[in-house]
Amino acid sequence: MASASVTTSADALAERFALLKRQGRRALVCYATAGHPDPEASVALLRALDAAGADVIELGVPFSDPLADGPVIQASSQQALGHGVTLDRTLAIAAAAKVRAPLVLFSYLNPVMAAGPQVLQRAARAGIGGVLITDLPVGADPERERWLANGPLAFIRLVAPTTPANRMAEISRHGSGFVYLISRLGVTGAQATLAADLPATVARLRGVTDLPVCVGFGISTGEQARAVGAIADGVVVGSAIVRAAGESVEAAATLVRGLRTALDSA
Amino acid sequence: MTAAAPAAPLASSDRFGPFGGRYVPETLIPALDALDAAFDDAMRDAAFTAELAELLRTYVGRPSALSTAPRLSAQVGAMVLLKREDLNHTGAHKINNTIGQALLARRMGKARIIAETGAGQHGVATATICARFGLECVVYMGEEDMRRQALNVFRMRLMGATVVPVTSGTRTLKDATTEAIRDWVTNVEGTHYIIGSVVGPAPYPRMVRDFQRVIGDEARAQVLALAGRLPAAVVACVGGGSNAMGIFHAFVNDPDVALVGVEAAGHGLDTGAHSASLARGTPGVLHGSLSMLLQDAAGQVHPAHSVSAGLDYPGVGPEHAWLQESGRATYVSVTDDEALEGVALLSRLEGIVPALETAHAVAWIAKERGRWTSGEPVLLCVSGRGDKDVAQLSQMPRFRDQLGA
Repeated sequence: MASASVTTSADALAERFALLKRQGRRALVCYATAGHPDPEASVALLRALDAAGADVIELGVPFSDPLADGPVIQASSQQALGHGVTLDRTLAIAAAAKVRAPLVLFSYLNPVMAAGPQVLQRAARAGIGGVLITDLPVGADPERERWLANGPLAFIRLVAPTTPANRMAEISRHGSGFVYLISRLGVTGAQATLAADLPATVARLRGVTDLPVCVGFGISTGEQARAVGAIADGVVVGSAIVRAAGESVEAAATLVRGLRTALDSA
Repeated sequence: MTAAAPAAPLASSDRFGPFGGRYVPETLIPALDALDAAFDDAMRDAAFTAELAELLRTYVGRPSALSTAPRLSAQVGAMVLLKREDLNHTGAHKINNTIGQALLARRMGKARIIAETGAGQHGVATATICARFGLECVVYMGEEDMRRQALNVFRMRLMGATVVPVTSGTRTLKDATTEAIRDWVTNVEGTHYIIGSVVGPAPYPRMVRDFQRVIGDEARAQVLALAGRLPAAVVACVGGGSNAMGIFHAFVNDPDVALVGVEAAGHGLDTGAHSASLARGTPGVLHGSLSMLLQDAAGQVHPAHSVSAGLDYPGVGPEHAWLQESGRATYVSVTDDEALEGVALLSRLEGIVPALETAHAVAWIAKERGRWTSGEPVLLCVSGRGDKDVAQLSQMPRFRDQLGA
């Protein structure tokens, strides 16, 4: 794999998971809202997350109506929009950051649609390796799903706790990169405890896919990361990082270093 | 009564042409599948439709009257006929849909109901039926709308509903809807979300239309009985578009009947402060469906504006987008000032104080003098009564000065 002379951005994601598998480690997937707390700090934050041990960074595209997000990410999105950060500047921030960790564009469908048919190529040129669309479930819009699946980016799909087993298989077949398993009902945001049925849900999902399984929603502490790392290939931490980034880039980096240590001791 | 015309054929059950669909988080997909199946099953169940019809008759007071409007007709130069949804229990068409969905929720074993509301009419209609059925009721309402429609907030609370102020975004209907969806994603297993208009992910646009089609089914028969012919035009205001879809549906296959939806032009279409998503929007995804949407070039939703909280929404039902694109319906718009004129006009000429939303449709008809001949029936949907608006109106200089208050 290392011999490939032309590396597409989607390959970067696959190579990262392959490397982690060889090392027997779990992926630490960190989320940041592009342009939060402001565009300059956003670039510094991505570099800090990269240096602190993030394996994959989800870069949130600010949207006016983030219906799947809890208060922390909503507020960060509003703040970024206040700085004029939409999809175009999100790509500029990604390009400026030049991080080693593969970047995944995390967006609602509308800004991606509005950006036009070349947006996936533009994202790839900005160093983005994958795309995840919160409000585009499998089967909702076959034409746009094909466009996303056939583009230069890995197309990451979501599985929910309510998803029946046969649909889990269908979702996995239509995705690439990794499968994002939502750990519990609800919107994004830190929770004190993990869902009790999570191990069973992960096991069901593993039964139908060979893609890496990353678990997100509600994970904020090293202890939770370690618990999830024991059953999944990766752990996604979002709101906790965004909250820390609201204080300072260094606060976010400290949190991520702690998560990294906890996850590697799993 | 004659049978209603069948629905226009669609490419698939969850699309109207290219519009509609289900653009929601994965978590909601099984609930939407279950709702879709339960709705179709219920509508085929004679016991369900009989119970719905009985409640509409004895609780809502249907069929609603069709009134002549002699003085307005003389002014417009047509035979204006008023479909009186304002006479329904709770004062608007909204209750037709909330009764249907509450029956469905009960049938599905969901004991908790959530809803969004703009003007408060849908919130009141939801709180009403929840009280009648003993269901828990939580209504999300923008803080700005709670101020504009304080009376409806009190009515909801009086009937035992919890009204949750929404402080995000524009603090109006758009953000109340977003917040209701967040609640549903969190509590989907025991909760039914009663969406108040023909918006949202499939099957809502189709289901809400089918619960509202009683308006047009009744009106079509009533106009035929009264005038001996179909109306030349059917006119209704459009925010999300549920009263319009409800009255249009029975006439979609009558090519000689013009269907006219009236959007809110707010301060004017060129000011950027309006709610005319069909006139000035572009295709986009909001609240689970692809439709016409007020948005900027980056795909960020543009705040809507209307003097009427019920029309103050940047999106519109996907079936309206399709009726416009296919040319079957025409969409026009009326400014805030013209709508206020519409309130005064119907009040003085006919003794009917219409809701501000309805007043947009009144104002458009009044502007169209000369479009029709005096014998031609023009059917106007009086979607709601203006009681909820009188406190707001009485504070406006226009009314204070004219009425010498």
